[in-house]
Amino acid sequence: MLVSLYRYNPETDNAPYMQDIELDIPKGKDLMVLDILNLLKEKDPSIAYRRSCREGVCGSDGMNMNGKNGLGCITPMSEVVKHDKLVLRPLPGLPVIRDLVVDMSIFYKQYESIQPYLINDEPAPAIERLQSPEDREKLDGLYECILCACCSTACPSFWWNPDKFVGPAGLLQAYRFLADTRDTAQAERLSNLDDPFSVFRCRGIMNCVSVCPKGLNPTRAIGHIRNLLLQRAT
Amino acid sequence: MVSSVTNLGRSGVYDWMVQRVSAYVLALYTIFLLGFVLTTDISYDTWSGLFGETWFRIFSLMALVAMGAHAWVGLWTVTTDYIKPTAPRFLVQAACGAVMFVYVVWGVQILWGL
Repeated sequence: MLVSLYRYNPETDNAPYMQDIELDIPKGKDLMVLDILNLLKEKDPSIAYRRSCREGVCGSDGMNMNGKNGLGCITPMSEVVKHDKLVLRPLPGLPVIRDLVVDMSIFYKQYESIQPYLINDEPAPAIERLQSPEDREKLDGLYECILCACCSTACPSFWWNPDKFVGPAGLLQAYRFLADTRDTAQAERLSNLDDPFSVFRCRGIMNCVSVCPKGLNPTRAIGHIRNLLLQRAT
Repeated sequence: MVSSVTNLGRSGVYDWMVQRVSAYVLALYTIFLLGFVLTTDISYDTWSGLFGETWFRIFSLMALVAMGAHAWVGLWTVTTDYIKPTAPRFLVQAACGAVMFVYVVWGVQILWGL
């Protein structure tokens, strides 16, 4: 199989380039893309990429595989390889540090901007803040996000305005806290989002939904935020 | 919170609503005009008769204002996406705003024959 790999080492290369490497794949096995990278790294130890849990939990190895973002560790070859060729690139739209390793600072900055923690100014009860099972259910499909950045870096609105548009990952988490009945800062959270960029740059093209490795739906969460903003505005 | 001064309503939800409402007005106007053209034998008399009706002049002006607002929100979005330096972006936005203003005033003149 031919693997075309994005290579860039700012210390030695003037510009990024694609390196074509022929790789023998063990017969009868449907390897994950991360396994392929590990095989490549045995041949050439200078190849750089992030990985940790290798089972789709940590979100470290988000990358662009044959044009589609996903986690290398849980994406089988059979799903992405076309015509015996695999093109691996870093997540689009973020500055490349080296090879497949990108600088995610701006992604985390947007995540930080939505205050991703419970805000409750009422005195804490003796044991814990209780929630009914129905209220807890409202958080399903929101809390599972692992912040791999596959969705935000597949979003053209985030590519053009990463400093102003929160992006699908951040907005999914924004709604996770807006929907939490234990949170008392809903009004402030909404005020913080009511500008023409933070939420409203979403054009609903749903790239985020199509790439999310956890099967989450940021577009729906953004729709809920928009409804909350509309209800509040009268 | 991102601050912005050049968009239509200063608030995201306002711009969003303007975009949706103006889209409905424009859709209704287009469907009506298409229906009129397809079902009527178009001649100078029928056409000037239609535009002579006060309700249709109001409807046309409403569509024109809706188009101005719709185009402002849309082009503001496009310019903030693609023109990053402030001065050229502001100039293009000002030019778009001027063109829309001219269209609306000109439209009033045409509709009411002032």
